[in-house]
Amino acid sequence: MPDAEPLSDLESESIEIFREAVAAARNPVLLYSIGKDSSVLLHLARKAFYPAKPPMPLLHVDTTWKFREMYAHRDRTARETGMQLIVHVNEEGLRAGVSPVTHGSEYHTNVMKTQALRQALDTHGFDVIFGGARRDEERSRAKERIFSFRGRGHRWEPRTQRPELWNLYNARMRPGETMRVFPLSNWTELDVWRYIGAKRIPVVPLYFSMERKVVRRGGTWIMRDDDRMPLLEGEVEELRRVRFRTLGCYPLSGAIESEARNVAEIIAETASATTSERQGRLIDSDQPGSMERKKQEGYF
Amino acid sequence: MPVAPESTGSGGPLPTLRFITCGSVDDGKSTLVGRLLHDTRSICDDQLSAVEIDSRRHGTRGERVDLALLLDGLLAEREQGITIDVAYRFFAVPGRRFVVADAPGHEQYTRNMATGASTASLAILLVDARKGMLVQTCRHARIVSLLGIRQVVLAVNKMDLVDFDPLVFAAIDGAFRTFSADLGFASVTSIPLCAVDGDNVIGDSDRTPWYPGPPLLECLMRADVRTTDARGPFRMPVQWVSRPNQDFRGFAGRIARGRIAPGDRVRVLPSGRESAVRAIVAWQGELPSAMAGDSVMLTLADDVDASRGDTIVAAAAPPAVADQFQVHLLWMHEHALVPGRQYLMKLHANEVTAVITTIKHRVEMNTGAHLAARTLAMNEIAVATLSTGRPLAFEPYRESRPMGGFVLIDRMTFETVGAGMIDFALRRASNIHWQALHVDREARAALKHQLPRCIWFTGLSGSGKSTIANLLERRLHAEGRHTYLLDGDNVRHGLNRDLGFTEADRTENVRRVAEVAKLMVDAGLIVIASLISPYRAEREQARGLFASGEFVEVFVDTPLDVCEARDPKGLYRKARSGDLTNFTGIDSPYEPPPAPEVHVRTVDMSPEAAVDRIMEMVSPDEGRPGPTS
Repeated sequence: MPDAEPLSDLESESIEIFREAVAAARNPVLLYSIGKDSSVLLHLARKAFYPAKPPMPLLHVDTTWKFREMYAHRDRTARETGMQLIVHVNEEGLRAGVSPVTHGSEYHTNVMKTQALRQALDTHGFDVIFGGARRDEERSRAKERIFSFRGRGHRWEPRTQRPELWNLYNARMRPGETMRVFPLSNWTELDVWRYIGAKRIPVVPLYFSMERKVVRRGGTWIMRDDDRMPLLEGEVEELRRVRFRTLGCYPLSGAIESEARNVAEIIAETASATTSERQGRLIDSDQPGSMERKKQEGYF
Repeated sequence: MPVAPESTGSGGPLPTLRFITCGSVDDGKSTLVGRLLHDTRSICDDQLSAVEIDSRRHGTRGERVDLALLLDGLLAEREQGITIDVAYRFFAVPGRRFVVADAPGHEQYTRNMATGASTASLAILLVDARKGMLVQTCRHARIVSLLGIRQVVLAVNKMDLVDFDPLVFAAIDGAFRTFSADLGFASVTSIPLCAVDGDNVIGDSDRTPWYPGPPLLECLMRADVRTTDARGPFRMPVQWVSRPNQDFRGFAGRIARGRIAPGDRVRVLPSGRESAVRAIVAWQGELPSAMAGDSVMLTLADDVDASRGDTIVAAAAPPAVADQFQVHLLWMHEHALVPGRQYLMKLHANEVTAVITTIKHRVEMNTGAHLAARTLAMNEIAVATLSTGRPLAFEPYRESRPMGGFVLIDRMTFETVGAGMIDFALRRASNIHWQALHVDREARAALKHQLPRCIWFTGLSGSGKSTIANLLERRLHAEGRHTYLLDGDNVRHGLNRDLGFTEADRTENVRRVAEVAKLMVDAGLIVIASLISPYRAEREQARGLFASGEFVEVFVDTPLDVCEARDPKGLYRKARSGDLTNFTGIDSPYEPPPAPEVHVRTVDMSPEAAVDRIMEMVSPDEGRPGPTS
């Protein structure tokens, strides 16, 4: 007999993963990046432990370059869930003025995301870190285990991953070692949107199409969310009906032209899209195998 | 990504088939999956152009796009043109959703293939038409069978390189059917393919007019996706106990088998306490029922105790509880299995210590012949007897994957080293009862006016263990203590005369001496065990037999060159000349204890001083029960 509700298999698998990981953890944390995947991840965490609150805080590694609407959504979410929100900024990088505009995406990402994440994890001593990564996002993610073991220094060793049979997750660690856990491993972008639609999960309005002031740069539409990103010679801002398929630092997040104004329209658009969602992200393609290299350094 | 309109609505669920592609290296697995994704239009434009760029750099197809590069997501894979780890990809066609695990072919990465196969319900086994079946093809077929996959597609690939010769295809098909007759496959479909060009992948090929069909995709569309888990009696391993306040106690888990509704009678195993389900608690209101595959939170009508690792089951049809099993085992680590060594075992939500007590036989990959074996090397399969530290609720793997599949974890490194499937329980455990004894260990010790101890000497051959151990026993004896010295060399003349010096035999040697020492400590004696005992795992296992404080580990620490210079028995000379093999320190490892109770550095300390130190540990002045007290 098929399951009674679409996505219930995926939902049950994710909840099982949450419970297994928390049972093994000393000090778990949920990496909350405000996007649609984080929203689904958080919803599943709350379901997994209901009626109790999820026994973990939310961690936002803030580059200080997110969209203003993202910060508003983050603070509202923390208030409504009543969960502790830890915001970590790499203060050293901030003092040095590291920015995606002047330093380029790779350096900025390394300092303000990868290093910042490692700082936050080390400062708080988190051993089990939940993330919203999915295997359909990128080639090297497709290779990663659900319980992704990280050695000292948060390094990922893709060549020596632990075998992961059935739903038996080996969460054993020695001091200094950590585990990244990905409950959404087997979800696709479409699954995420269908679930958001079915469960009426609130997401940042930037995902929905509306007329926004954008500028053409690097083959995509960039929305200048504040004055820190000056226009280049010859660039002109124009009004376009756009939306974002993924959200990150605003100078690195490309918008797509779209008429999809609600979840149902996004689902229809996603189903017929001929480009992948990460295409709008400028940070994945800055060098060959760049995602894998970032992960080896401790990035999600 | 382009997918079928059926999957976009929020209406009915789409059945999902999980399958694996496997077979020997270079048979074209990643290319086939790349072709499936490409031809079902599941690849986005930007991903395809990335692969086009990579093809120029790493491709093996000349000017053409190398579709394998869609799957080989790791840099090392693209550089070497091989698959190292399993890739999971998702695609859909009208009416069905697919999760494909693209497995590596190299023998070295068999553990990753097993990872992919464990959750699949169909396997595509590839064979290169030019090469036919290879050892690795046989190995993968056996692992597929072992993991309970019953639907197999034999993809005879690279047919273009044998001019689409039907006789070549028929010969491979015949050979595979003969080979797999005993492997329990319910269906075997053979298809002649050319993955590079797409022949018989999603549609019929005009280059194989002699092949009536079906093409691969049709085969995948027809495959059975139903699981039998929803049938059968209710079982739910408890993953997590939720106690947000005094009035609520919820048992969280994923239902392994059967269905459940409020009011159903249940039993908690292994305790055996019974109750009824009060409610299935969920995010938005309570649920009227739930079934296999669902993650739920149950509350019970009575105040019954259950914790993580326990199993809540149908009261009327509980599964067996046992601590001795016959299992099938796939070994997955470079370091061979050591019978008698303790591992951690994960079976549903349980984590317990477990020991492989005997290997009944190893399975030869090509023929399936049963071979005698004392250890199990990486990628080998065996039937073995397993004994667990606690009794567990279980079901045979063939009846329930979640209740009968387990992994073994190394206790030191925490690496996953083995995967196993329970065949059945051995009834021996419930037949051997402990005889309750009225004269207990305290009574026996009191009569001797001493605290029984096991003083365990470990160190290299020639380090001085025997010298110090002898001196210690004389000192204890002079003080009126009842002692016994178990010397490593001496026990090998009798109790352990059947054992050699391989890792497995050394492990068994230590295990037996530890058990004998335990009996003697029980009898009230101060036991001195003196043997090289080179492996940390076995010394820890020995320690585990004794009460806290009863086991005193003495590390006789002498540098190898000093031992070799002393060479009291002339053994190092023989080992160096090759007359003696498996000699600790020369061609067999010694793992020093990280935190021994007494650390004797013989270079700085005389045997007399060492004995003084040990005496302090063994007979603390405080409350010392001397013979005259």
